[in-house]
Amino acid sequence: MAYPTDRKYTKEHEWIQANGTSASIGITDYAQQSLGDIVFVELPKVGAELSGGKTFGTVESVKAVSDLFAPASGTVTAANGDLATSPEKVNQDPHGSWMIKMDLKDPSELNALLSAADYEKFVAEEAGH
Amino acid sequence: MSAVEASTRENPLTPAIRKTALNAVHRQMGAKMVEFNGWEMPVEYPASIGCGIINEHMAVRTGVGIFDVSHMGDIRLAGAQALAAVQHISMNDAARLAVGQAQYSAMLYPNGTFVDDVIVHRLGEDEYLLVINAGTREKDFDWVRDNTRQFDCAVENLSDDFTQIAIQGPKAVDVLQKVTDADLGKVKFYWVTCARVCGLVNILIGRTGYTAEDGFEIYIPSDEQTSERVWNEVLGVGKEFGVVPCGLGARNTLRLEGKLPLYGHEISDTINVWEAGLDRFCKMEKAEFIGRAALEAAKTAGIKRTLVGLEMTERGIARDGYKVLDGSGREIGYVTSGSPAPFLKKNIALAYVPVEFAAVGTPLKVEIRGQGAGAVVVPTPFYKRPKKP
Repeated sequence: MAYPTDRKYTKEHEWIQANGTSASIGITDYAQQSLGDIVFVELPKVGAELSGGKTFGTVESVKAVSDLFAPASGTVTAANGDLATSPEKVNQDPHGSWMIKMDLKDPSELNALLSAADYEKFVAEEAGH
Repeated sequence: MSAVEASTRENPLTPAIRKTALNAVHRQMGAKMVEFNGWEMPVEYPASIGCGIINEHMAVRTGVGIFDVSHMGDIRLAGAQALAAVQHISMNDAARLAVGQAQYSAMLYPNGTFVDDVIVHRLGEDEYLLVINAGTREKDFDWVRDNTRQFDCAVENLSDDFTQIAIQGPKAVDVLQKVTDADLGKVKFYWVTCARVCGLVNILIGRTGYTAEDGFEIYIPSDEQTSERVWNEVLGVGKEFGVVPCGLGARNTLRLEGKLPLYGHEISDTINVWEAGLDRFCKMEKAEFIGRAALEAAKTAGIKRTLVGLEMTERGIARDGYKVLDGSGREIGYVTSGSPAPFLKKNIALAYVPVEFAAVGTPLKVEIRGQGAGAVVVPTPFYKRPKKP
């Protein structure tokens, strides 16, 4: 799958798509494939303060439990309630299934994240190991 | 995201990882490979070929799936005193086995805890085959050899001789019948036969498995060429029945729904037979066996904890090792195996709790990321396969 170029990526396999100071966050196709069938997503409440690099939630497949890491700092403005009842949407459309929306504290934090091309290179190496 | 998956953790100190003869086939099929008890095994096959743990699990419950279980070990005991040897090292009564019959049993330490659980097959008048777990292969063989020296009986480790393929599910019989001349309709559950399979003569077929479903396990020569040919032939003839390859992920969820114990989880060297609730496979009335005296004493003393089934009543998935709390939040036990149950569509777990919390209907909590999530003690097994009409 091609990784959309309209967003940035973390080495922990989250994507973040920003428009000014508002951003959407989800996990990548590589992440959903490694996890397998996703059965549970736990997200923070609206208003929660996130700091970049820290965990903000949990995603679970049948077999694995994974932490979600905030790609940047800010305040949660929405959590995708659909994923509580239909977590499999993350498998079906990882790059279209946002988990949370947030108000970024400092949009320039995104400069430190990976571009689509760099992320693709990164996962190719990780998969090769 | 950073996955915490105990089974995939790599330990640089462990010796070279072992591979089954079907390793290359699993990789070609795109299976996700993980380390399990020193073996590199498929945990699931890709969604692109209709697999993934949930689909694989459902295929076995409603159709048929095949598993490479060659990591399992095999020990043969043969000789005039083979029965006496088996009786001495295992807790079920092997004297009840007719030739061609198999039974679930376990080998115990003198203190009544588990060396391993085992399927005992009686292959001949004085010949038995013990099928044992991957993680305990060497330990088990040493245990059997060292504890049967006083008997006139040869003990052989045949673990590397076989590729073991499990064909499981209500349609397993239809698939296997296509490649064997054995009349499978005549092979009852927990019986074995020897027959031609995929043109190979004298292949051991057991109507056994670890899925709580009807099914068979076949033992074929472990060379790569033969193993690959049989695997591919079974997949080929199984197409019309919707057969899918299944990995260890589905194997685990299937056995959990059926409350089949896993060594290191529900049974171990710190858990005894009564605690594990395996009483009906332990025949105290047969002659002396290793562990019997301790079990007698344990029975008199009474057990303090017992294995129960839990179903989550609040959002959250109980996982292996999570704490079990009482209503007031006090830690009272732990989860041995916990997972979403794909067929039952519930989050279930097995857990050790004090006997006073074991009654069906008792509300408990499971600590998930620091929070107590509601659960209730439910009857087990969680899943029982429907009786044939």
